[in-house]
Amino acid sequence: MPTATASAPPSSVPAQTLRNAVIRLAGNSQDGIQSIGGFLARLAGRTQHDVMTYMTIPSTISGGPSIFQLHLGSGHVLTAGDEADVLVAFYQHSYDSHIGSLREGGICIYESAEVTEFKNERGIHHIGVPFTAATIEALGGSARDRGKNMFVLGLLCAVYQLDRDKLAGIVSRQFGKKDESVLRNAMLAFDAGYAYPIGDIGTFNFEEGEHKDEHRLSTDGNTLMTMGLIAAGVRYGSAYPITPWSSIMETLRSELPKYGGIYVQAEDELAAVSMTIGAAYAGHLAVTGSAGPGLSLKMEALSYASMAEIPLIVINVQRGGPSTGLPTSVEQSDLLQAIYGSHGDCPRIVLAPQDVEDCFYIALEAGKLAREYSCPVIILSDQGLSSRIEAFTEPDLDKCWVEPMLDIAERAADFKPYPLDSVTRHAPPGAKMASGRYPHVTGLEHDEWGHPSGNPKMHQKMTDKRRNKLIELSKKLPLPEIYGEQQGDVLLVGWGSTYGPIKESVNRMLSEGHKVGAIHIRHVHPMPAKLDTIFAKFKKVVVVEMNDSGMYGYGQLATMLRASLADPKIQSVCKTDGLNFRIREIVTGVEKVMAAN
Amino acid sequence: MSTATLEAPAPAAPPADGKLTKKMLTADHPTWCPGCGDFAVLAAFYKVLEKLQYPHEKIVCVAGIGCSSRFPYFVNSHGIHFIHGRALPLATGISLSRPDVHVFVFGGDGDGFSIGGNHLNHAARKNIKLTYVIMDNFVYGLTKKQTSPTSPQGFKSKTDPTGSIDRPINPMKQLLASGATFIARTHAAQVKHMMDVFERAILHDGFSVVECLSECIMFYEGSFDDSWPKKGGVFETIDETQHDVKDDVSAYKLADQPSPGKFGVFYDVDRPTKNEMEQKWIDSTQAKLGGVSQKDILKKRLEMMR
Ligand SMILES: Cc1ncc(C[n+]2csc(CCOP(=O)(O)OP(=O)(O)O)c2C)c(N)n1
Ligand code: SF4
Repeated sequence: MPTATASAPPSSVPAQTLRNAVIRLAGNSQDGIQSIGGFLARLAGRTQHDVMTYMTIPSTISGGPSIFQLHLGSGHVLTAGDEADVLVAFYQHSYDSHIGSLREGGICIYESAEVTEFKNERGIHHIGVPFTAATIEALGGSARDRGKNMFVLGLLCAVYQLDRDKLAGIVSRQFGKKDESVLRNAMLAFDAGYAYPIGDIGTFNFEEGEHKDEHRLSTDGNTLMTMGLIAAGVRYGSAYPITPWSSIMETLRSELPKYGGIYVQAEDELAAVSMTIGAAYAGHLAVTGSAGPGLSLKMEALSYASMAEIPLIVINVQRGGPSTGLPTSVEQSDLLQAIYGSHGDCPRIVLAPQDVEDCFYIALEAGKLAREYSCPVIILSDQGLSSRIEAFTEPDLDKCWVEPMLDIAERAADFKPYPLDSVTRHAPPGAKMASGRYPHVTGLEHDEWGHPSGNPKMHQKMTDKRRNKLIELSKKLPLPEIYGEQQGDVLLVGWGSTYGPIKESVNRMLSEGHKVGAIHIRHVHPMPAKLDTIFAKFKKVVVVEMNDSGMYGYGQLATMLRASLADPKIQSVCKTDGLNFRIREIVTGVEKVMAAN
Repeated sequence: MSTATLEAPAPAAPPADGKLTKKMLTADHPTWCPGCGDFAVLAAFYKVLEKLQYPHEKIVCVAGIGCSSRFPYFVNSHGIHFIHGRALPLATGISLSRPDVHVFVFGGDGDGFSIGGNHLNHAARKNIKLTYVIMDNFVYGLTKKQTSPTSPQGFKSKTDPTGSIDRPINPMKQLLASGATFIARTHAAQVKHMMDVFERAILHDGFSVVECLSECIMFYEGSFDDSWPKKGGVFETIDETQHDVKDDVSAYKLADQPSPGKFGVFYDVDRPTKNEMEQKWIDSTQAKLGGVSQKDILKKRLEMMR
């Protein structure tokens, strides 16, 4: 019940040592809450802690309410947190919309000049701090409220007893490139926040972090995916802007010239995929990307890439659909489009990274598979993964770096681009042909030399060939490891960014005494052969995914699994509210399936 | 200039022995209808290549979909037959990533001006280094006689049984407006003229387009007779002593003349290509890095995320 009081109710919180903390910053998108979160996330990586962030961005440019949530932990952090321990509210609307996300007994630190109505419920502690006024005072009165995010950063640093020197170092590295006065003001505001007396609230201490490895990075999925592409040998490509894909193309555009490469902003997605196929045909590992609506536009050309057997990486950062849907929300509803979209039977490989770290390795794997199997590889990331920050061990480039190469060596007299008995290998332009006959790459059905062929037997044989190479791949793919119980009542199955929430749900259900396990499918098409041997160990299989259960009651991966294994014990837990799964949503969903007969 | 990464060899030089012959350039026998204007375009292309002596492995022929787009199969060079309307962006990807090869694009009026119209504008404004030959027959050939964006008003087709009502586009005007740096028009029945125009287009350093009126004998017979002296028309060429090919206003006026209009080079100017500009950016970026290995560049970038 809101009460109209002018001052906050009294607060008293004892000092504690913590393993985990969830901090939610709520304000407007222009308040700089993302940079507060970004600094804290980076600090986590440098202090051997784990972190996962979550943010909402208004889909309007002029800004609007926005949140940044940060889950810091001394052990493994698998989600951004169902509920917050601390809420920092910059405005009344931030307070009103997010106070409900605080856990019972949580702490709300609010801007005392903005928030005046409180809800005295669930033992929440309220602490009013004049963020803006204190910042202005620290900066000498003229700087208005520009540094208030740094003030809040300082405040949180003090509350959580974080490593002040390291944090200040990260801040100065970030601002150091700018004008000196920018850094000075930032540090003044930071120090003011750090020293601000917040009264009757004890400080918290994190237990020592578990990650003892020296080199840890913290960044978001899109940034890391871009670095993975470069490590994989990608030097060319093209795309058209769309949220939440754009930042990958923007980074490639400015990074690739350093490596001698070019990334082109095309006039639309049809041109983008075509330019990329051009660069791939020319002998390079090339990449295009988009989000749902853009992937739809690329479909005709993707069918060509399957037919002409062009190695190609296509990234699809999924967002809420259909149509322009929920452009800044998370969803996993492009799976069937990725696997089956387009005309004809056009086999392709589809991969889905499970967390931020995996965005790097999946890009490397996509490059390798595209080349090995001469076909398009689609990477299904999503809005959640694209923007959330996690900390992880720095990739060892000496081990995984792929040198880009252009093979224009002369091709022997018996060279055939499309041999039926082995994998297609193209001779890119520039390659001399010992036979004196030059190859054509085509989307028409063709014989082994690439000549158009309308022969029904040839079409059957070539269709078999294009499909069989994926069957071969599925036999080589490792079976996913089972997390939790190795056999028992329920197996949870997920793909993509639900990896953390599913694991966390298994932890919770195990602690409640259920016999549950989970697997995560990274190779969503083709899937590893013999998945059924894992399914056989459990009474029920529940596929957890962020898409609709559709006409027949099953989500998209569940539909694929039911179709391929014809196993009636495969069930679905689906949702499409544009938000990441909360642990309790998964647990409740799975319990419901368990309760049904 | 080659891109620094992959050290592609320099652009094709003619073979030392100068022996590339038409026979060596011939691949499959064309599948066009006997009498189709496209045969002459192919013949003129062989002859120009023979003259320029580009080695076959340095030639890439690109096409979309249509009768005319079958062209790459008939040239013994690297070739790629793509989807309808998207040959230009495909060729853009080849041209930008492989400065060591000559990129040629072939197609029809539907492929180029209709489904691929947007791409034409953008390849032109970007000044991508390649040569594009559009075999314009004022009709859709492969799909058997529907109205094309260049069909004259009143043309009866399967989609306009009482005569086309939409105003046709004017390719020369459109290309001028979108920023193409070489624009020319020729006629398939004038092989010598066609060869001269092709040669100038190929040697042009930038985006060059040749509109080649090429009769579809099956679905629009007689379409270009009024510019074909043998059939009683007049073939009027541009007199370059009277027309400055660097003057876009004059080119625009020339392009505005009523059908059949003039033939020859309408516009030919030098403007830096996107290929060149991108390479400049690469060179200056790499100069700043001062010879650090590629792996180390990425290592440094990752360190920034610590
Ligand atoms: C996406 C798509 N739409 C339509 C077609 C059907 N189609 C094939 S060729 C063509 C038009 C051909 O006309 P034009 O480009 O003028 O070439 P021509 O055959 O006259 O040389 C059409 C509409 C197609 N192949 N793909
Ligand atoms: S249909 Fe027309 S354009 Fe096509 S091959 Fe025959 S004559 Fe040529």
